[in-house]
Amino acid sequence: MTALTLTNVNKSFGEVHVLKDISLEVEEGEFVVFVGPSGCGKSTLLRVIAGLEDASSGEINIDGQTVNLVPPSKRGIAMVFQSYALYPHLNVRGNMTLALKQEKQPKAVIEERVASASRMLNLEEYLDRYPSELSGGQRQRVAIGRAIVREPKLFLFDEPLSNLDAALRMNTRIEIANLHRALDASMIYVTHDQTEAMTLADKIVVLRDGRVEQIGSPMELYNNPANQFVAGFLGSPSMNFLPESLLDQGSDTLGIRPEDLFLSDDGPLSAQVSHVEKLGGDTNVIATVQNHSVTARLFGQHAISEGQDLRLGFAPEKAYRFNADGQRLR
Amino acid sequence: MNKARHNPLNTAAMHGALILYTLIALFPVFVILINSFKSRRAIFREPLALPNADSFSMIGYETVMKQGDFFLYFQNSMIVTVASLFFILLFGAMAAYALSEYQFKGNLLMGLYLALGIMIPIRIGTVAILEMMVATGLVNTLWALILVYTAQGLPLAVFILSEFMRQVSDDLKNAGRIDGLSEYTIFFRLVLPLVRPAMATVAVFNMIPIWNDLWFPLILAPAEETKTLTLGSQVFIGQFVTDWNAVLSALSMAILPVLVLYVIFSRQLIRGITSGAVK
Repeated sequence: MTALTLTNVNKSFGEVHVLKDISLEVEEGEFVVFVGPSGCGKSTLLRVIAGLEDASSGEINIDGQTVNLVPPSKRGIAMVFQSYALYPHLNVRGNMTLALKQEKQPKAVIEERVASASRMLNLEEYLDRYPSELSGGQRQRVAIGRAIVREPKLFLFDEPLSNLDAALRMNTRIEIANLHRALDASMIYVTHDQTEAMTLADKIVVLRDGRVEQIGSPMELYNNPANQFVAGFLGSPSMNFLPESLLDQGSDTLGIRPEDLFLSDDGPLSAQVSHVEKLGGDTNVIATVQNHSVTARLFGQHAISEGQDLRLGFAPEKAYRFNADGQRLR
Repeated sequence: MNKARHNPLNTAAMHGALILYTLIALFPVFVILINSFKSRRAIFREPLALPNADSFSMIGYETVMKQGDFFLYFQNSMIVTVASLFFILLFGAMAAYALSEYQFKGNLLMGLYLALGIMIPIRIGTVAILEMMVATGLVNTLWALILVYTAQGLPLAVFILSEFMRQVSDDLKNAGRIDGLSEYTIFFRLVLPLVRPAMATVAVFNMIPIWNDLWFPLILAPAEETKTLTLGSQVFIGQFVTDWNAVLSALSMAILPVLVLYVIFSRQLIRGITSGAVK
């Protein structure tokens, strides 16, 4: 059973063509992440699925029902916003129950769902507080709680973690992953952060300029990117791209992941170190190879300093070859 | 952080300037108040003296109570002001919401057209308005005044409120839509509370000119039963003799309700309920 099917969805704002022929499927219980740089249309796509924007053409199908003309509240979705968007005049309980009251659910059902959602999110103590009395993390949990109580067929998350600080972001990320396991619900999650995409997703959809670049599991995309954009977008630090002139490999561009580079006295790349990031567990070396910046991620700690000359090697089978258009050559 | 703000000399100068301004602004009110409690002769002998046992007199208030139906005037002014403010805020907010939230053909033109009213004084159209009111039979009714004041206040209200409505988070409105709230509920329950400070500003801006207006009550509703307070007070100002006691007493009493309304609205100006809604 598919939770969501998009068929050739297009969206234009006046002259601007934002989404171009997007087709994809979300399976029941799947966690799908839309990822891409800002302005790639990922949030617009989410809003089209939610029904907050109308698709200019194409079909949106949620749980076997075409919903192009169905208003957002009747699509069986719930959305968590980047800015939380809690109702300021309602307390936590009020925020969580509003949608259910609109649906005219019986009181007992509302009570029970709020109780279970607040237990799941550790919000029990805060049910009578107002949004202004909560911290950022708590507000985000309320926003998630507001989505859970509706028991939607599809959860939509619009960059829910980008307003949180780094430590809280990691915790909330794990909470969301646990939540997905506990609820076993279909979720769509929009982010520009590739770490969130890699860690949370069952399936990643990489978008660029309103087009789907590649769809696949995180490891599929990491190990087998279809083009230079996907290869460069996923992985941190991002993949090094070297022009053919440096290494003759029968392609226009050669891509090597920083973690695949190693120190080697007879390596093919002669580099001068321009910066070293010592992270304890890893050492990131940023070096220049004939005016091209190259990042190498070395495991462990290394005594390397700026200005030093190094030779870097790599295993040829770990290198990715791209043609002039950025398409992968296999 | 801000050095200038913590310098005691600056603080003193700032407070000094503000206190001076307050004194200047309150001085006429003060003079009106003290003189309203003095006998006629005392008013002219020493206008700035406080009332004492000798000069104290309630004669002005007694005249006001006796002559004319002061409470009716009062009630008329109150009805006209409150009803006009209500309509200005209601229709102004609705128009502002439509202009800021929905995209439709002519949106910008409509906004400009509504804002144009700010630049054109409504009194230019007095004759036409009077003819219209005569034709519709609204002359000498409070409705005539309410309608004119509503028209007069709407342009500025739409202009100010639409700016503020643009700042209301889209996410919040969208959250409401996903939760199944109607557009009306979103407007009344989510958006209006968030622009309350702006509504209060608009209310204060409109309230005082309406309360003090003499022009339209004189032209559109001069009948005894529809006289407003400002118009009613004119009874005491004659071409040759002016009953200053009565005029000053009437003015003193006219200040009160405006003061009360102002206090109500200014509390709204200060309170920010947006905190915690987004971010």
